[in-house]
Amino acid sequence: MMKPVFMTYTKKDLINLAVCMVLSVLVIPSFITTEYWYTSILIPWLCLALATIGQQIVMGYTGQLALGAAGFMAAGAFAMFNLILRVPDLGFVGSLVVSGLIAAAFGILFGLPSLKVRGIYLMVATLASQFFIIWMIDKFGWFKNYDSSGIITAQDIVILGKPFTTPLAMYFVCLAVTTVLTLLAMNMARGSTGRNWMAVRDMDIAAESMGVSLLRTKVQAFAISAFYCGVAGALFAFCYLKSLEPVAFDIKLSFKILFMCILGGLGTINGAFIGAAFILLFPVLLNAIGNNVFHGAIDATIISSIEQVIFGGLMIIFMIYEPLGMAKLWENIKQKWKTKFPTMNIKNLTSSIGKKS
Amino acid sequence: MVDELLFFMEVLVGGLLAGTMYSLVALGFVLIFKASATFNFSQGAMVFFSVLAFCGFMQDFNIPFVLAFIMAALLMVVVGLCTERFVLRPLMNASEDTVLMATIGLGYVLEGLAQAAWGVEVRRLDLGIGDFPVPWIADNLKLFISALDITAGLVAAIMIIGLFLLFKYTKIGLGLRAVADDAGAASSIGIPLKHIMLLVWSAAGVVALVAGCMWGARAGVQFALVDLALKALPVLIIGGFSSIPGAIIGGLIIGAVEKVLEVYIGPFFGGAIEGWAPYVLAIFFLLYRPEGLFGEKIIRRV
Repeated sequence: MMKPVFMTYTKKDLINLAVCMVLSVLVIPSFITTEYWYTSILIPWLCLALATIGQQIVMGYTGQLALGAAGFMAAGAFAMFNLILRVPDLGFVGSLVVSGLIAAAFGILFGLPSLKVRGIYLMVATLASQFFIIWMIDKFGWFKNYDSSGIITAQDIVILGKPFTTPLAMYFVCLAVTTVLTLLAMNMARGSTGRNWMAVRDMDIAAESMGVSLLRTKVQAFAISAFYCGVAGALFAFCYLKSLEPVAFDIKLSFKILFMCILGGLGTINGAFIGAAFILLFPVLLNAIGNNVFHGAIDATIISSIEQVIFGGLMIIFMIYEPLGMAKLWENIKQKWKTKFPTMNIKNLTSSIGKKS
Repeated sequence: MVDELLFFMEVLVGGLLAGTMYSLVALGFVLIFKASATFNFSQGAMVFFSVLAFCGFMQDFNIPFVLAFIMAALLMVVVGLCTERFVLRPLMNASEDTVLMATIGLGYVLEGLAQAAWGVEVRRLDLGIGDFPVPWIADNLKLFISALDITAGLVAAIMIIGLFLLFKYTKIGLGLRAVADDAGAASSIGIPLKHIMLLVWSAAGVVALVAGCMWGARAGVQFALVDLALKALPVLIIGGFSSIPGAIIGGLIIGAVEKVLEVYIGPFFGGAIEGWAPYVLAIFFLLYRPEGLFGEKIIRRV
């Protein structure tokens, strides 16, 4: 284990962060010029990865089976819409934070059953949040500003008087928010907060007898998870969909995020990004194969059915062979590489020389 | 006053009978849970898969009704066989949550396969039973109750009694209960685990087919069936996961409560509260009686 340099971040983390930043801020914008990549892949990827981190916190770290991420996303998105509409002084960033907090309030409310129940019982309780929030937004006109068309156009993003409306600008907004929240999540997961979460996940009774308050830990996890989902939902609506409709946040999206979380790797932050990338890119790849190899001979509905079969099949395969998901696979590959070429690692090299002499 | 009372009765009875449809889905759930302590999240997908296959056999290949039903039932046995071999056996010693997540994956596979094989359009399923009020009851009791609801109620009743007798009085039932109690101990005294699992998943598949027929005849055979089947979850929480009578009573409660709430309280909120009312009801049960009305008390050993 390396010593942390700043807060809980080690030197390796800072190098990783620098590499990621260079890649995402300098390399991607200079090499990718087609709008399609920003509007259809990078922006939704960042938003959904953020929501998946929220799901990770409650499911991967705290071990509570929840299935209502899309409901909290909807809460965040519509809170954002109303805040910008009704409290314009708050500004974009302020509204984003407050809409996250509003989603967190819902998270606390619907997280309360987790104190009593677990497993599938909790899943049903969180389903209530999913259906209730969507229904509430749909039925009370106030949330939609009495718009009867059902689809509301999202307001333009304005930060400090500057409009952020081009795909590239929106990408940077998503990138900034995601980076900050990801770093925060990593810090929380490694600090005492995260240790409490994991203690509750691994054995709640043991954790409680060691003085970890179950009430505090679980409610905190649900609140933070819902905060992440809320912010992700607001970004999802404002940067990706550019419109607000409750149907966009239905149960299917919740399942999608659940899949991203599980396939990516439970209890890992980078797993959230890997899982989100996989679930988003795989259909694109499959469509490309359908169009280019079979020249559209396969019906689009069949392709989407095949995609579903593959996702489901992968879920089963991962549960059987690698319950920790793709992040763990990646870890294994790295490990194999290191044992195969120990000289690549300078530290190993010096230590092995030290042993010989 | 009499009219109001009659109207209330009509709503109530309609709700109760609609609830038996939830019970039918929940029943498949309970069967698997009772015999293997596995939460089978894919039960809803099994309902969709089986009834779509049934429709496909009938409408695409012009196979007669009874033969198509038998073929669909056999297909569900094959699904059970594959599930046992490729999902459950490798996950024999995995934790509850892992198996649950694997069954979510299984649900996805079944939904995808069904749509790839039989298409995505809504199919009509005609059982020869109309979804309209029975004239005799309408004339004599002044209640408008659909014939389909009554059939669903009767089918549910027959299946419950059959399964109850099976669990209570046969050797197979005893084996099932033993496996549910402690799979390791059961297999050590010679109960064939594999066969029991296969049997139970096949039975759940056939139950899913029957439930699917009832739902399909009412709402059309379509993907929305999967979401409807999700409502079996609150039914189970209210009735208890391990109780067959619980599945029935839970279904009746959910059916009645959601209809009555929808008709009497719904208008104040713009309607459509039946989408979440069952889940909220389930939360209240979870807070005060987590094991449900008839379930065994949940005991966790440290």
